[in-house]
Amino acid sequence: MSRITKEEVKHVANLARLEMDEAEVEKFTTQLDDIISMAEQLNELDTENVEPTTHVLDLKNVMREDKVQPWLTREEALKNAPDQANGQVKVPSIFE
Amino acid sequence: MFDKSISELHSLLHKKELSVSELVQTSFDRIHTVDEKVKAFMTLNEEGAMQAAKALDGKLGTEEARGLLFGLPVGVKDNIVTKGLRTTASSQLLSNFEPLHNATVVERLNAAETITVGKLNMDEFAMGSSNENSGYFGTRNPWNTDYVPGGSSGGSAASVAAGEVFFSLGSDTGGSIRQPAAFCGVVGLKPTYGLVSRFGLIAFASSLDQIGPITNTVEDNAYLLQSIAGHDKMDSTSANVDVPDYLSSLTGDVKGLRIAVPKEYLAEGVDEDVKNSVLQSLKKLEELGATWDEVSLPHSKYAVATYYLLSSSEASANLARFDGVRYGVRAEAENLLDLYKKTRSEGFGDEVKRRIMLGTFALSSGYYDAYYKKAQKVRTLIKNDFEKVFEDYDVIIGPTTPTPAFKVGEKIDNPLTMYANDILTIPVNLAGVPAISVPCGLSNGLPVGLQIIGKHFDEKTVYRVAHAFEQATDHHKAKPEL
Repeated sequence: MSRITKEEVKHVANLARLEMDEAEVEKFTTQLDDIISMAEQLNELDTENVEPTTHVLDLKNVMREDKVQPWLTREEALKNAPDQANGQVKVPSIFE
Repeated sequence: MFDKSISELHSLLHKKELSVSELVQTSFDRIHTVDEKVKAFMTLNEEGAMQAAKALDGKLGTEEARGLLFGLPVGVKDNIVTKGLRTTASSQLLSNFEPLHNATVVERLNAAETITVGKLNMDEFAMGSSNENSGYFGTRNPWNTDYVPGGSSGGSAASVAAGEVFFSLGSDTGGSIRQPAAFCGVVGLKPTYGLVSRFGLIAFASSLDQIGPITNTVEDNAYLLQSIAGHDKMDSTSANVDVPDYLSSLTGDVKGLRIAVPKEYLAEGVDEDVKNSVLQSLKKLEELGATWDEVSLPHSKYAVATYYLLSSSEASANLARFDGVRYGVRAEAENLLDLYKKTRSEGFGDEVKRRIMLGTFALSSGYYDAYYKKAQKVRTLIKNDFEKVFEDYDVIIGPTTPTPAFKVGEKIDNPLTMYANDILTIPVNLAGVPAISVPCGLSNGLPVGLQIIGKHFDEKTVYRVAHAFEQATDHHKAKPEL
């Protein structure tokens, strides 16, 4: 039984901001289906009373004072920007 | 020259029998001779390194040159940011990226006055086990260039094995330091999660990633860890623990040491030569006064699935930042949404896309509990397996990888076969414990790695065992012919 459909792959690709042609959708559908089949092996385990591990060390919230510190200048921050104008990063229009 | 240890090099520099410039030049000469075949380096820092070397030469013989790593050339994996020195993470998306700051580990190496000779090739964003997923070119195994060096820190391991640098930094999310170290016949340590700052490491899976040293010997490895370990306020997951003196643990004494050998690590699928090398190694440790018992880590077989769900989920979130807006290569587009999509689709390779897709799926509405949360729960069971064994034993020993290096092209077409290669290294990352790979033999001319796993923050015992084994054997003296 196929666990993942091509429609789902297209939906996930959109969520992940990836563009795919039909051949790629085809390929990823098969491959993700294989990987998810492997993942379903975990269902053999009863984890009803198991706490999830989000972090392996016994760490508490790490707080710091919310204080402005020198880091990068505006010029430095823009150094790697593909496009800029008036000291800001420039992107194409968001709305049509 | 390239079989010299850190302490030998330090002594040569200290006695002024060698200048820093000569040493760094030797490194570049070697790179220019063999890197055409090995392809370990992504970017060279020749001008900057020679300039830095010259400046350090003026300090030779003074108090300022007392540090053990002073003037020694180092290679850095290309997912660790270096100020002003191109850092691509082997992704086309970052082909023009010049970081604005140094990773904490780079700052610490700079403080120890090492010299960064260049950035090392890897699987794109550290996703892979063969270096074939680099967005640029594949690094080759110095022992036989038809074979892969392992991954994702393939360049880091190959550069040390090929004698291009004396040591390097790698990163390990599911085996990415230990597996290439095993394949290339060098020493690689994944420290306890939190021991080494991740600040400036381009994140793949934040709950698993750790930076660690790759070296020729265990002693060199301990020197390097000593200089990079310790709390960093820039990394909120960095552990606030005292860094012990690792060198003092290299006593050669393993009398009374209790070793656990998981039966799952010598089971079906593990190559006969690998198995024999590990059993021989255990015999050697017995001769030295250690004892070993077979134990079980019953959830081992679930580690690969757990790892791919968790690491891919974290990656899908971490890699959202690569959108072509603030840095990187931006694709041409009419509107912002297209810009994101085109930039990412053109910039990422297949494996990276596959993992982003898997992670996005596992985190998406309706599947979160079934996949992501389930995997987090199984992670707890895997972690508990380790804790239970460590109640009665000092270290866990097994092979680093089920087989020696495989041929270029052999596994690249099937993601699941490639993933299975990390079956013995992945559980260690899920549990957050430290582990080292040391050479323990050859199989058809290719190195085999012995994996020694320790308790949280017990790198000292890991090093003590690895060093005692190394000193009692000649495996680390074998070098590839190039």
